[in-house]
Amino acid sequence: MAELFAAGQQPDVLFWVGCAGSFDDRAKKITKAFVKILNQANVSFAVLGTEESCTGDPAKRSGNEFLFQMQAMTNIEVMNGYEVKKIVTTCPHCFNTLKNEYPGLGGTYEVLHHTQFLKQLLEEGKISIEGGKFKGKRITFHDPCYLGRANGVYEAPRELIRKLDAELVEMKNCKKQGLCCGAGGGQMFKEPEKGDKDVNVERTEQALETQPEIIAAACPFCNTMMTDGVKSKEKEASVVVMDIAELIANAEDL
Amino acid sequence: MNYLPNIIFLIILAVGIGYFVNNIKKLRRNIKLGKDIDVSDNKPQRWKNMTRIALGQTKMVVRPVAGFLHIIVYVGFIIINIEVLEIIIDGIFGTHRIFAPLGTLYDFLIASFEILALLVIVAVILFWIRRNIIRLQRFIKPEMKGWPKKDGNLILYIELVLMLLFLTMNAADYQLQQLGAAHYTEAGSFPVSRFIAPIFEGLSLSTLIVVERTAWWLHITGILIFLNYLYFSKHLHILLAFPNTYFGKLGPKGKFKNLDAVTQEVKLMLDPSADPFAAPAEDAADPEKFGASDIMDLSWVQLLNAYTCTECGRCTSECPANQTGKKLSPRKIMMDTRDRIEEVGKNLDANKGKFEDDGKQLLDDYITREELWACTSCNACVEACPVSIDPLSIIMDMRQYLVMEQSAAPSDLNNMMTNIENNGAPWPFNQMDRLNWKEEL
Ligand code: SF4
Ligand code: SF4
Repeated sequence: MAELFAAGQQPDVLFWVGCAGSFDDRAKKITKAFVKILNQANVSFAVLGTEESCTGDPAKRSGNEFLFQMQAMTNIEVMNGYEVKKIVTTCPHCFNTLKNEYPGLGGTYEVLHHTQFLKQLLEEGKISIEGGKFKGKRITFHDPCYLGRANGVYEAPRELIRKLDAELVEMKNCKKQGLCCGAGGGQMFKEPEKGDKDVNVERTEQALETQPEIIAAACPFCNTMMTDGVKSKEKEASVVVMDIAELIANAEDL
Repeated sequence: MNYLPNIIFLIILAVGIGYFVNNIKKLRRNIKLGKDIDVSDNKPQRWKNMTRIALGQTKMVVRPVAGFLHIIVYVGFIIINIEVLEIIIDGIFGTHRIFAPLGTLYDFLIASFEILALLVIVAVILFWIRRNIIRLQRFIKPEMKGWPKKDGNLILYIELVLMLLFLTMNAADYQLQQLGAAHYTEAGSFPVSRFIAPIFEGLSLSTLIVVERTAWWLHITGILIFLNYLYFSKHLHILLAFPNTYFGKLGPKGKFKNLDAVTQEVKLMLDPSADPFAAPAEDAADPEKFGASDIMDLSWVQLLNAYTCTECGRCTSECPANQTGKKLSPRKIMMDTRDRIEEVGKNLDANKGKFEDDGKQLLDDYITREELWACTSCNACVEACPVSIDPLSIIMDMRQYLVMEQSAAPSDLNNMMTNIENNGAPWPFNQMDRLNWKEEL
């Protein structure tokens, strides 16, 4: 972003990579897949790179409003400095926070989740999705809480899956009733409280009931949780967990 | 003429309503213990929510069986209240079936009351079976032990008895009409109670009148008692569901409020021109307490939420933490909040309206930290609640207290937050490595 701005150029959209997408090995693959699609579609985009910092979401949901607002205001200062108008992100937590909680602190942008953005690209004819290797595959979609219930986005990811000519199968709890993967609210970073099962295992069991070949996710944290769940059920040989961006990039052999 | 019954009736009515008004006053006072919050925005949307969710019961039917049965009882009770109006007028003026001159309309009304009463009886019995024989999971969770369980059943018994009294009264009336008793002019149509009437075959006029009158008196006294029972029961939702859905959260569920007090401080900290050593202004208020450890720290809408909770457990049964055996139950969060408000209310009553510190608070004495830290903030409870209650907001406020006032987050979370503070990410990675993925493209 800094380079473009220095050259007097303004990209159409800022890709907010997010901490997971920047550092986590699994999530980085999602980042790369998404960037490949953006390049393929000739989208003019930029990233903040080392100027990006955690949105503050995990701090806020853990109760640390101070740290959250510190992060938010620093990020807002950077983005307003670059006159950012539109943001796309592959993380529903970043998406929710940027879209809903930043405006109150002086950062108002048009914020899209990557599944919404990809759907737009598709509608504008900038990308075409053909099933290719996913044709006829059984795919079940796990709704990320912060995309679905929190922001009412249920259809964009599903439409993309259908476009792959895949067979979309729903779990018994889906959309508004979707069960959490267990990562939200700071849980990703701590041991779970005492109970008789881990949430991600429960959710993975629901997913496996649909006998999928692929569990599609749209959040780096859900991805980790579901991948761990599949491993704990020793099903990693027959079921893979993939982000929607990866599905599309792979279908196109990008 | 003998005015004694009219006078007795007036006294019963006055006591019943007077006591009820008293309850409502207490309710208002207790809810106002909460912090002020501005909910004057977006009135059209609020009216729409109330109409759809409370009046239209849209959220109830997400679970079709319970939703359908509930609608029967709900419609039954609203409609049968027209009958209560007649009973009150009759009681005050010593008339009998004052609306009878409405003719066919009256026949229609009475007939529909009777059919509804029968449906209510069936629904109430099915509800009872679900609670006590089938023992649906969500009705036998730990927080339902004791009073909440009794309360749930008691409501069903009262409703059953009231409906039976209503039908008995009509049956005796019908029989009296058939016999041409004075005062009992033929009026109304009795599609249900006419089948009860044969039980009274052969009874003398005077006995029949005693039966009819007894049922009439018990019915209206029962209703007044029920009215006053509300305050002590989860049944309060029949009134509070309306304001609660009106004041419920608008906008995306994922949007949590930003604390203004924090914004001020953060702005000061980030503003390079601010003098960090400047003495605080003379009139600066006490530094605000962050988050909630007791009910006074919550907003009045959150307290209204607590009083509105129907203890239906839909939230808990959708909660991922609860489903996997954690202690957290969003319903319990609401029940605990209400119990604590009541305790504070009683404290106020006992101390002439001034709260004497009782060494207790909502945190730890009611809601444990273990419960609070088990929440994934997934909003499933908020989505599930049929009356727009937001248990998650209370959990978040209490976490804020734990973290910002007590620095009492679980150590893993403290590590995560230190990482964010130091390197702008929840993990201990170097900020400078943020773009490394680019090299791997
Ligand atoms: S938001 Fe928290 S309390 Fe509500 S359902 Fe999710 S985990 Fe349970
Ligand atoms: S909070 Fe709502 S869903 Fe939960 S028990 Fe109360 S009324 Fe039912």
